[in-house]
Amino acid sequence: MAERAIEANELSKRYGDDVQALDGISFSVEQGTVFGLLGPNGAGKSTTVKILTTLSHPTAGSASVMGFDVTSQAAEVRKQIGVVAQSSTADREATARENLRLQGQLYRMGGRDLEDRIDSLLDSFSLAADGDRIVRGFSGGMERRLTIAMALVHRPKVLFLDEPTTGLDPEVRAEMWEEISELASGEGMTILLTTHYLEEADMLAGNLAIVDQGRIVAEGTPDALKKELKGDAIQVGLGDSRDQAEVTAALGAVDGLSEIIIHERVLHARAEDGARSVPTILSALDAAGIAADTVTISRPSLDDVYLKYAGRTMEQAEKNQNEEVAA
Amino acid sequence: MNLFNDTWHMAQRHIRALIRQPWWIAVTLVQPIIWLVLFGGLFTNMEKTPGWPAGVTFHEFIIPGVIVMTAFFSAGWGGMAMIDDLNRGIIDRFLVSPVTRSSITTGRLLSGFITIAIQSLIVLALGWIMGADYPGGPLGMLVLILIAGVVGFGFGAFSNGLALIIRKEESLIAMMQFLLLPLTFVAAAFIPLALAPNWIEAAAKFNPVNWAIEAGRSALLDGSPDWGLIATRTGLLLVFGALMAAFATRAFSSYQRTV
Repeated sequence: MAERAIEANELSKRYGDDVQALDGISFSVEQGTVFGLLGPNGAGKSTTVKILTTLSHPTAGSASVMGFDVTSQAAEVRKQIGVVAQSSTADREATARENLRLQGQLYRMGGRDLEDRIDSLLDSFSLAADGDRIVRGFSGGMERRLTIAMALVHRPKVLFLDEPTTGLDPEVRAEMWEEISELASGEGMTILLTTHYLEEADMLAGNLAIVDQGRIVAEGTPDALKKELKGDAIQVGLGDSRDQAEVTAALGAVDGLSEIIIHERVLHARAEDGARSVPTILSALDAAGIAADTVTISRPSLDDVYLKYAGRTMEQAEKNQNEEVAA
Repeated sequence: MNLFNDTWHMAQRHIRALIRQPWWIAVTLVQPIIWLVLFGGLFTNMEKTPGWPAGVTFHEFIIPGVIVMTAFFSAGWGGMAMIDDLNRGIIDRFLVSPVTRSSITTGRLLSGFITIAIQSLIVLALGWIMGADYPGGPLGMLVLILIAGVVGFGFGAFSNGLALIIRKEESLIAMMQFLLLPLTFVAAAFIPLALAPNWIEAAAKFNPVNWAIEAGRSALLDGSPDWGLIATRTGLLLVFGALMAAFATRAFSSYQRTV
């Protein structure tokens, strides 16, 4: 039973009478994998994390972490998990080392074992030189690294990362991604991360669920989700300048090809199955005496996936959310 | 056992912060010093009022009151740090760990107790420099400090509980201000209750601040302290503290329900 690190069954959460934050969310995460919850702000990602980390109780449904029920066995769940919240939760008036020490003590660690662990974490998060500095003077990236190190002190089996890179500048974000990938590849830790960055989910998560308005609207690997869209972008670099009409006529016989556009000696088109269409396209071009230099096929992005399942772009969804909050 | 360890670890965090900003203790001492110097100077003639306790100077009389009030004020503001921790997600970080829930409050109360003990010693020393005599001796001082600590525990728990419920610094300031002054003046802090209007004397019977001042004053200033009075008042204060601790615990679970 223990091969599933996280199981969520029909989780619902209501706040008061009119806020339905979660509306029956189910998913499971296998041990040692990275699972992403992707969705706009307010979709219910953070609420899901709060329930799975025993902070909040579901109104209906159940969930377990490493086989322990999050409501009836909360104490056991807490020993298994590490949590990195959206913003830094380090004590800014204390040093990095003191923060890590208290965090270990919360998990009943102590003595040599704890001090060794602190040293090795400071080391691996490039904070060794700053261990005895007060956190108030840290840069955003340093504080973020400390927050993650704190969540790892007690060697959790499951790590929750709630919007790990929100509010970080691009450089630090790239650094964080590297850090998270490394965590995922070593030690067989299970990671659940929430994000509203499509790029981030694509890059880090082996499996992901797209959450919209408290429900999961799609689930699978990033690639599988994108494949369902059945529309690969194809770009063919042409040997010389050609007319739009000429090329369109040449490709008239190719099945499932649409949106043919010539732009600066590059042919852009959308194909249901890119890999299969390419040979046909090339021979059609050849037959018409049009030379082709290069071919690229690109999968649809998660942006497109979100648009398909939620019926709106993520940007639009966040805008609506903000308007609701403001109203 | 876990509760004691957890409380101590949590308290260390606050104690360290205090040691790093020692000026904070100085700031909280401004008010008691103003009371001692200003009130002490202004109202010395109170000593000549009929009904004033024999052999006690005005200075000496107000020292236990100043100590208890200092404890009560600094504990009353304790909730502000709780709100800060709530806003920064630090409380949630504690809650997702196996740490004893109550240590989140008891750690603060323990560090508050230590602060109160330090402040009390400073006020006692200041009073002594200004010529006050403490017939109760070291035992009297110790009892007074412990009583101030118990007051601090009760009001600290109350302030923390309130912080968890209202979660806004402005509202907590308003609530505490609404409470602190009346409780200070419906007590025998500056004059014996016998000299106060009857309604104040009656109301003071229900005021934990007054229980502490009366007991602490007897311990510090009476050559032979009224141990019966000290015991009953301390007992009442412990009951008050237990009620406030229960309130803080309830407030905690109400906070968790809203997460």
